[in-house]
Amino acid sequence: MKNLINKLSKVYELSDVVYQRPNFTYATTTKENTISLITQLRDLEGFSHFVLLSCVDWIEDNLFQLTYILNNPTQKYDIAIRCMIDRNEAAMTSAHYLWEQIATYQRELKEMYGIEFPGSPRLNENFILEGWDNIPPMRRDFDTKKYSEETFFPRERPSSNDPATYMKSRLHPDEWDGKIAE
Amino acid sequence: MDFDFEKIGFTLLGLFIVLNWGLLMGAAMRKLGARVGRRYGIPWFQPWINLFKNYAIRSTLSHGIMFYLGPVFRLSGGIGLFLFMPMIIGSQLWLNYSFQGDLVLIMYFQFFGMLGMALGAGESGHPYSAIGISRGLSQFTTIELPLTLAIISIAVQYNTLSIIDIVQAQQGGFMNWTVFTNPVATVAAMLSLLGVLSHSPFNLVNAPNENPIGPPTEYHGSFLGVLQTNRAILHVVEAALFMNLFFGGATNWFEFFMKTFLIYFWSVFVGVVFPRYRIEQSVSWFLKVPLVLGVLAVILYM
Amino acid sequence: MSEEKNIIQPAEQASKFVNPLYAKREVTGPDGIKFIVDPLRDYFSDQRPQIYEPNSIPVIEKFLNWARAESLWVLGFGTGCGSIEIAPLLTPRFDAFRYGVMPRPTPRQSNVFIISGYLSIKTLKRVVRSYEQMPNPKYVLALGSCTINGGMYYDSYNTINRLDHYIPVDAYVAGCMPRPEALLAGFNKLKELIKDGKAENANEYAKNFDWYKANQKKIIKDWNMPDYNW
Repeated sequence: MKNLINKLSKVYELSDVVYQRPNFTYATTTKENTISLITQLRDLEGFSHFVLLSCVDWIEDNLFQLTYILNNPTQKYDIAIRCMIDRNEAAMTSAHYLWEQIATYQRELKEMYGIEFPGSPRLNENFILEGWDNIPPMRRDFDTKKYSEETFFPRERPSSNDPATYMKSRLHPDEWDGKIAE
Repeated sequence: MDFDFEKIGFTLLGLFIVLNWGLLMGAAMRKLGARVGRRYGIPWFQPWINLFKNYAIRSTLSHGIMFYLGPVFRLSGGIGLFLFMPMIIGSQLWLNYSFQGDLVLIMYFQFFGMLGMALGAGESGHPYSAIGISRGLSQFTTIELPLTLAIISIAVQYNTLSIIDIVQAQQGGFMNWTVFTNPVATVAAMLSLLGVLSHSPFNLVNAPNENPIGPPTEYHGSFLGVLQTNRAILHVVEAALFMNLFFGGATNWFEFFMKTFLIYFWSVFVGVVFPRYRIEQSVSWFLKVPLVLGVLAVILYM
Repeated sequence: MSEEKNIIQPAEQASKFVNPLYAKREVTGPDGIKFIVDPLRDYFSDQRPQIYEPNSIPVIEKFLNWARAESLWVLGFGTGCGSIEIAPLLTPRFDAFRYGVMPRPTPRQSNVFIISGYLSIKTLKRVVRSYEQMPNPKYVLALGSCTINGGMYYDSYNTINRLDHYIPVDAYVAGCMPRPEALLAGFNKLKELIKDGKAENANEYAKNFDWYKANQKKIIKDWNMPDYNW
């Protein structure tokens, strides 16, 4: 695995390499290098199986982190290629021509995070949400509890019975401060 | 034409008996399937409750005239089979309206209900209905082939097309039954009976409890009640047909109940043991062994 | 009843989400005459649900209620994680067939709708369609705390909190998840309600149709079906 990373880092700008497990490695690269790196891994290094594409919202750094996980079925190890993209104008090169199923992942990311993948097929169709008219729900600036309370007729929660303070009220009423914690 | 009110009364009484006996046999069939699966199973009166409930459904929905007529045709197919089928030989009262040559009419009525149901279910417009119809008609056509050949063999053997004559020719000891005098035709017909009663290896058409329910997908409420009524009648009458043709008929109700029960449960016993065939498997199955036996039965008596 | 206006969604919301294939538009026919096509209105019946009164003779109604209670046909529609609890009901260990419970594959033939757990908005749309297609004496058994107050998904952007705002519920089975025994107890409770004549929620739905529809349309944004699915 280290040989592979050394070999790749001669060509691409790799950073934050984490050898998570003997058969699993993280590596971060730039946005421009990501797709060519994945293409090389697929075509030359035997990573023929695409596992998943996911996204993390780093709202404090104003970044989205995309993670492409690839699997090498003959050597039996995985590599995760991460790249950071700008959060305000979230867009990434589409990789649907490498593996067909990436188009579906990209549809999901478009719907859940609002990341554009120009050229990806059926990108703007509904994936899970039908008729969503708010900001994409998986972005961290979306307040899901507030949205739920405004939309879904919340039932009044029953008064909470924290076991510790409740038992204190029953067993040691003289030490109890008169409230049951939420 | 003068009405024989006594005959009409006894025919209606016979229909009532046959309906309840069919519902009871249906319950016994489900109970047997449950016991084979080590379940307790339904209460024995569950089919009656289902029938009452379905007739008591308040809202019904129409898809057109043929949608109404589909269950009606199906029920008239079942009742038509009953009307021309002698139930108890030896009593003028339970012969219903059988006459010389009723065997041909009965063969016709077997397909009549299927065709009516196909028209009605086709109008409902549900894709599962259309799939169920095409499956049902293609399977039933191949079921009819060995059955018809076996019946031709019997007609040649006894030189008559009247069921009463066939039954009377089998009287005088069980060695006179067709099952012993013409075993090849009997085997061909009993194999096709598995398909006629549409139990487990050949029940893909209705596929109970699974997603594609087949022709009655859109039927609900009292429409479904009519179909259930017909199913109960049809099962007894089909068993009675085989009893009359191959197992010496019945001379009293007790014999009738015993023989129809055993004939019906031949298909149930096969059903709980064998899993379901796909439609192309069942079609090709009927076109192999039963068809060859049917042809053989005709050749032997030509 | 049928003259009353249907509850139409706000125009801007409707135009935003309806598939252009189903949008209201002007079409020029082959003979040059222009006419307006509105597929959501033209191809579907827009009749509202009717109220079916129970039989006026109490003895007959009591008998029919007994038959309905003893023959509960369940729609095979699992909405959430609770559908995994329905399958063991039919196995030898629990054997719901003893109580007259039978699964049916089509809403036309079923009487009981088990909402088995959380409901996302996308599923709710299908649930409303299936519920409205069931024939009139119909009962809803809500399974799990998700249908009562949202359960562990109470703050989710995509799952409803209270089922009884969208379709009427006859009996709740609380728990997360309830065991199959609890579901059997729910069936027996439902039977008691039906035998007492208290399970007339299909008529309640028809009476409060406007309120239910307004609630449903509040969250189902791309409403591309008739108001009542016959």
